[in-house]
Amino acid sequence: MNKQRLSLWWFVGTLVFALLSMLVPLPGVLEPFKPYWPALFLLYWSLESEDRVTLGLAFMVGLVADLLNGMVLGEQALRLCALVFIALRFRSRLRFFPMWQQALAVLALLLNDRILLLIVRMLAGASLPPASWWISPFVGAALWPFLFLLLDDLRARLRIQ
Amino acid sequence: MARTRDESSPLFAGNAAGTLRLIVYLALAVVLMVLDHRNSWLWRLRYTAAAVVEPVYRLAGLPAAGVRTMSVAFADRQHLTEQNQRLREDLLLANAKLNRMAAVAEQNQRLKELLDTQHSLELNVQLARVIGVDLGAYRYEMTLNMGARDGVRPGQPVIDAHGVMGQVKEVLPTTSVVMLITDPAHAIPVVIERTGLRTVAYGSRDGDQLALPNIPLAADVRAGDKLLTSGLGGRFPPGFPVGEVRSVAPAATGMFLVAMAQPSADLDRSEDVLLLHDQAEPDGPPAPVTPMGPPADLAPTGAASAAPPATGGALR
Repeated sequence: MNKQRLSLWWFVGTLVFALLSMLVPLPGVLEPFKPYWPALFLLYWSLESEDRVTLGLAFMVGLVADLLNGMVLGEQALRLCALVFIALRFRSRLRFFPMWQQALAVLALLLNDRILLLIVRMLAGASLPPASWWISPFVGAALWPFLFLLLDDLRARLRIQ
Repeated sequence: MARTRDESSPLFAGNAAGTLRLIVYLALAVVLMVLDHRNSWLWRLRYTAAAVVEPVYRLAGLPAAGVRTMSVAFADRQHLTEQNQRLREDLLLANAKLNRMAAVAEQNQRLKELLDTQHSLELNVQLARVIGVDLGAYRYEMTLNMGARDGVRPGQPVIDAHGVMGQVKEVLPTTSVVMLITDPAHAIPVVIERTGLRTVAYGSRDGDQLALPNIPLAADVRAGDKLLTSGLGGRFPPGFPVGEVRSVAPAATGMFLVAMAQPSADLDRSEDVLLLHDQAEPDGPPAPVTPMGPPADLAPTGAASAAPPATGGALR
């Protein structure tokens, strides 16, 4: 019982941490390198605990993210829904990929996410972002193995599901 | 327990129901986006949820504030002494200038009074601190620790020691969001100090510069020219430095000159900014005069008060 509650708190805690990290600014030069944290954490959880991550959860996380930092309400909800849907579709295959292939898959997912964002912003009438805007998915993919191993290790230490 | 036949195999998870759900959620998101784009609910929602949103902003601003504190704490003595020395010199210089300006300002005031104009050199400002939060707008926005409760209103100009930074875009109870002048969606009416040419400076797409895309070909504009606010449009008061022209080139169409300018304000380094409180005097067209009817004592009482003004004019 207690274990279950702890694991639920851990799950919620990582998502809250992801949302906070999204808000923390980096110094000027590093700014385009900031990965899209909520996507990475949601990807981890959709690979590791399928029953918790649903499209509804992704939608809610996206709405909260939009409330905190966003140009239009529903933008990140849309992106995270699409991301989680693809991840859940290919979950069983993604889980057994070697790490480098998994990182490549994450790169594809994050690039797809950026393209979705670009389409939304273009339709909303924003101007084309600078070229450095495309760096972020690559940083996210490069960080993926470390994030995955770190979260897995922490979960094993806490002995939670 | 054995899986039943109709349950989908785990290796190829996902079925029609999953796709349907995705479509429903995506449609919901699109509807939300369209409605929000039309009615801009997001800021009203943020205002309503301010009790939750603002502490999160403060929390997210902590690392940036921490880095700032650390950089002071671990800066070596040498560096701090140098900085102190430089600030002292700046203060001395500024004070000397101020003393000289005081006489000029007084004279200006007297002359202005003679001319019976309302312009004043006094500034009514409020000091605000920047909170380091990334609001997802590619660095064209800035969050301040003052909001509606401190009397901040949307549209207020924001300046720092060197020039105009932007204007308040959205206000929450105790924080506000500033749109920087480098935002591609922002335009500020400027005047070139040397020649008095009036034009408009837009934010440029690639970050931290200003673009002046419609200068007449014959106009005399050079690199190094200073840009000041012109006060046209009534949003920014006249005479504040905006930027300095870096390059001038003919536009691709060949119809205009395009100048690029560097903003004077330290857009990404300022920690403390000033919110201007007195709005500029409207320099635009005068407010429309309300049509005059007959004097109140001449107007027929009761039902006739609805009579059109033309009738009243005929009576006089």
